[in-house]
Amino acid sequence: MASFARKPAVSAARVKKLVEKLGSEIARRNRGEKSLSLVGIKRRGVPLAERLAAQLEKLLKTKVPVGAIDITLYRDDLQLVAETPVVRGSEIDFDINGKVVVLVDDVVYTGRTVRAALTELLDFGRPKAIQLAALVDRGNRELPIEPTFVGRKIATGPSDLVDICLEETDGKDGVFVTRRTGRKAKGGCR
Amino acid sequence: MPVSKRTADVRRQKREARLQKSKATRQEPRAKAASPKPIIPPPAPTPKTQNLGPEALPGRQPPAVSRKHLLGIEDLGRKEIEGILDRAETFLAVLKRPIPVVPALRGKTIVNLFFESSTRTSSSFNLAASRLSAQCLSFSAGTSSVKKGETLLDTARNIEAMRVDGLVVRHSVPGAPHFLARRLHCFVVNAGDGCHEHPTQALLDAFTLRQRLGSLDGKKILLVGDIAHSRVARSDILCFSKLGARVALCGPATLIPRGIEDLGCEVFYSLDRVLYEVDVVGMLRVQAERIGSSLFPTVREYRQLYGLTRERLAKLDKSVVITHPGPVNWGVEMDYEVSELPQSLVMNQVTNGVAVRMAVLYLLAGGSEGEVQHG
Repeated sequence: MASFARKPAVSAARVKKLVEKLGSEIARRNRGEKSLSLVGIKRRGVPLAERLAAQLEKLLKTKVPVGAIDITLYRDDLQLVAETPVVRGSEIDFDINGKVVVLVDDVVYTGRTVRAALTELLDFGRPKAIQLAALVDRGNRELPIEPTFVGRKIATGPSDLVDICLEETDGKDGVFVTRRTGRKAKGGCR
Repeated sequence: MPVSKRTADVRRQKREARLQKSKATRQEPRAKAASPKPIIPPPAPTPKTQNLGPEALPGRQPPAVSRKHLLGIEDLGRKEIEGILDRAETFLAVLKRPIPVVPALRGKTIVNLFFESSTRTSSSFNLAASRLSAQCLSFSAGTSSVKKGETLLDTARNIEAMRVDGLVVRHSVPGAPHFLARRLHCFVVNAGDGCHEHPTQALLDAFTLRQRLGSLDGKKILLVGDIAHSRVARSDILCFSKLGARVALCGPATLIPRGIEDLGCEVFYSLDRVLYEVDVVGMLRVQAERIGSSLFPTVREYRQLYGLTRERLAKLDKSVVITHPGPVNWGVEMDYEVSELPQSLVMNQVTNGVAVRMAVLYLLAGGSEGEVQHG
């Protein structure tokens, strides 16, 4: 995890602003929508989804259910990684059939996580529509997937590291970018 | 200087003697380690003459404990067992979804190689594989070339040559899965080897009990019945005690193998005296096909002394949790009414079996657990 000794690319106060901006964009787009729900992609998408839900309930004055999705079992590189990733389990305890579902993740990068999340979500039912919200878009897409709502775009190379820290998981909000040149970073984006 | 020469001689002799002694003691444990795996000598029963192939000779090293295969609970530590059970929790949630299939093992092929009959275990593995999107081929010895005299090893090698990723093996000879694991490249899961072990059954038993009781730590678990012929009992004893439970056994003296206490359990011969002390009673099947004629007098007497009857439970003033690995001989080790009580977990065991086997297949087909970051 990124150390807070470094200067964050996006400060804690700025992260709060970005989340608020995402919330109001989601609200504007889904005004009058009675069946809005949020699904966070584990792990850091989940606290983000919870923050957004709290804000959306105030803005839209309806209950916005929050679910969590773990895409481990849907990864397309399970055969390639040497170690089996830890499975955390998905919890969506509401019916997503006919609902508008906003997938929430901290960062969108290659698009493969989103692809896996879409496949898994469709195994839970048939939503009316799926939208995607990401706090940071760091580019370098490998699949034709674009987020509907983006907090902030940060131009990065494939070997750079982007660390998103959230109060709920890391104690403090902040986005850290480590620029690296040359060889491809192990593990890609974090 | 004759005296000093003599003392030097004596000293040398003493040194040599000591050296030889230490050599002997050093070799002893190694010889022990090379002896076949089962701690409790599986009881004498005569496995039908089986063709194990030319390599099935004694004296070979047992396979290294590895997570490439699941051969017995004996090889697993508490952490590993809990890891499998936690994973099974996730898969149980998957099974409750509208579409209970995940693509985790897409493109993998698993073969059920069953040389003994089975309903639950083989269909459970079959379902587990298909819920993980793996392909599963079931093989039963009855209709195969085993009938023409093909050996176990040849059969397994030929199936492996069809590029499969894993074999689930059940065989009447203890150690048959271990034997295959040493010689094949694919992973091997022991689905019951003679009277030795049945690890996935023990895991699903532990999972089911953990689900009901929260944790096995400090719980008293009594296994009742035909301990001698039960691979489930051996795996259960190891699994439950590794998870912190206290295990006791009860049954007719002829069906309790000598030395079983070495696995860390107590032995009782009167069910009525011990039943009120325990939290869980695990009934075992009377294995008529393995028991000779002389091990207990009559079924009626067995039922009276060791059967979990309605009357016996009615007399008990506390609720014990009941398990049975199945198939049940109704009216022998257990009454039908008993299985329908709320404290009976017999059907939960079957349901959980699929989730536990999904966890086992997922962990073996994917390698060891570790943290990998998403892209």
